[in-house]
Amino acid sequence: MVQVNGEAKTDALIQVRNLHKTYFRGNESIEVLKDLNLDINRGEFVAFMGPSGSGKTTLLNLLGGLDLPTSGSIIVDNDEITKISAKRLTDWRARHVGFIFQLYNLIPVLTAFQNVELPLLLTRLSRSQRREHVEAALYIVGLEDRMHHFPRQLSGGQEQRTAIARAIVSDPTFLLCDEPTGDLDRTNANEILDLLNRLSEEFDKTILMVTHDPVAACNAHTTLHLEKGILMESSKTECK
Amino acid sequence: MNSISLLLVNFRRKRVRKILTICSFAMALFLFGLLAIIYDAFYLPIEIAGADRLVVQNKISLIMPLPYSYREKLKQVDGIDLVSFGSWFGGVYQDERNFFVQFAVDTETWNLMFPEFIVPPEQWKAFVEDRQGCIVGQKLADRYGWKIGDRIPLKGTIFQGVWEFNLTGIFQAKRPSDDTSQFWFQYKYLDEQSDLMNGYVGWYYVHVDDPDRAEEISKRIDEMFANSPFETVTETEKAWTAAFIKQFGNIKVLLLAVGGVVFFTLILITGSNMAMSIRERTPEIGIMKTLGFSGTRILFMVLAESLVIAMTGGGIGLIMARLFVMRGDPTGGFLPAFYLSSRNIMLGLAITVLIGLAAGIIPAIQSMRLKIVEALRRV
Repeated sequence: MVQVNGEAKTDALIQVRNLHKTYFRGNESIEVLKDLNLDINRGEFVAFMGPSGSGKTTLLNLLGGLDLPTSGSIIVDNDEITKISAKRLTDWRARHVGFIFQLYNLIPVLTAFQNVELPLLLTRLSRSQRREHVEAALYIVGLEDRMHHFPRQLSGGQEQRTAIARAIVSDPTFLLCDEPTGDLDRTNANEILDLLNRLSEEFDKTILMVTHDPVAACNAHTTLHLEKGILMESSKTECK
Repeated sequence: MNSISLLLVNFRRKRVRKILTICSFAMALFLFGLLAIIYDAFYLPIEIAGADRLVVQNKISLIMPLPYSYREKLKQVDGIDLVSFGSWFGGVYQDERNFFVQFAVDTETWNLMFPEFIVPPEQWKAFVEDRQGCIVGQKLADRYGWKIGDRIPLKGTIFQGVWEFNLTGIFQAKRPSDDTSQFWFQYKYLDEQSDLMNGYVGWYYVHVDDPDRAEEISKRIDEMFANSPFETVTETEKAWTAAFIKQFGNIKVLLLAVGGVVFFTLILITGSNMAMSIRERTPEIGIMKTLGFSGTRILFMVLAESLVIAMTGGGIGLIMARLFVMRGDPTGGFLPAFYLSSRNIMLGLAITVLIGLAAGIIPAIQSMRLKIVEALRRV
């Protein structure tokens, strides 16, 4: 269940309280997120929609520990990530968050296998254990036969599936997807959405996805709208 | 995959640029090798010159002789335990381009005065017994392919005529910096065959029993021959060698200036290449940080990459310099101690590491401090 009213839900995986984010450019200040409250339970698949500049990506960056809020708190799995040091935040990110981007962001000189293995270099896993994890992740996304291909040898859809494998290989607490289908045609986009649904249904992954695509949003359990920095829950019936 | 293979994978990017950067490093370190060789060829003799040996020469000039009779007088000076002498010959072997030093030496004392040169006793004995005998250094023998028993003719330039010598021995050196391109023959042969010497020698070497007394003994020698027709200047072999080298000008400043310009340019080239390379990879660095790679780890990765480039190029350059030296002295004997010492190889590697770090440090710090959100915006 997802709540945006800020009423205390101590069992929620992600608890956002009174979140503000203001950017400063010279003398000008731009308030991107305004007093935002949000509770997301484990296993939820949440889509964030809204016009450009509404603060969707900013919210995602804050939830992923990539950026710090101006004020307010974010608690993930009982860790208040807005209060921990930069070093601990880096470690926390490696352990708890899987990122999926619109442009895949694979390292071009690494094969699909090596790209997926990259987050595991930060763990204490042995080489053979890493191999097992990588092969499992690539199997889940259906790319076990492409593991030695470089990104330039893969289609857009395959690249995004590799990026998803990289995101799930370390079994993170939740996945953050920033426009995961934004650079794909409808067929490939549907394949990626099916994959995200599978991760949600079969593997009970918590997924937070920013999208402009209403079809993509309909795959989520809940769709939230951000408008001028304020979060609103939308009705699921819009998809029908 | 591990951190090293990740480094090597990055090393394979933009190969042409990397190869050119490595080549510029290689050329700079090759040049460093050559400069170090030239520096050592000039200045190492000063360092290794015996502190317990004094050179006594004519006060007017080195080319003016001193009487043979000084030998006995020098022996009487308190603190001197050995006196030897030599004379410059200045002969030509086959062609004037074949330059090497030739000394007419005192067979009784020369080998005792210069224990750093090793002559097998039987070869020295053969040399002493043969008036036309000569001994050459290993480098000189190798240069002309001479073997013991060979007859070597030299055309005199100061002492006219063709002088024939029998090669009776080949000497080695204890240290690689010692000059084994010398040619020694008997002073008696020169004295007997030429009216020019007629009881004179070129200069004296004296050995003092206590190096701390060198200055005092030098002064006493010069005072002893003051106001005579052959006044002397006595100095330690170190000071004498330094004064001799000073005649060529300030080689040290020249070499440091050339080396400084080359290395400063190299820092600029490599630094700008590293900066360019890192700037191109900003989004990737952002991704790595997103995945949990710490700023410190990224800093070390960038520095390691810069170091690998530097060490590869530097290593190639130093190997090239070493190979160049193995071909022998290209100056035709002007720089007899022509070799790249282990000390200079280590110094070259240290410089390589420093330049690698200097070139990589700014891009590395920028990468470390790079904000993920900023980096991801550049995708």
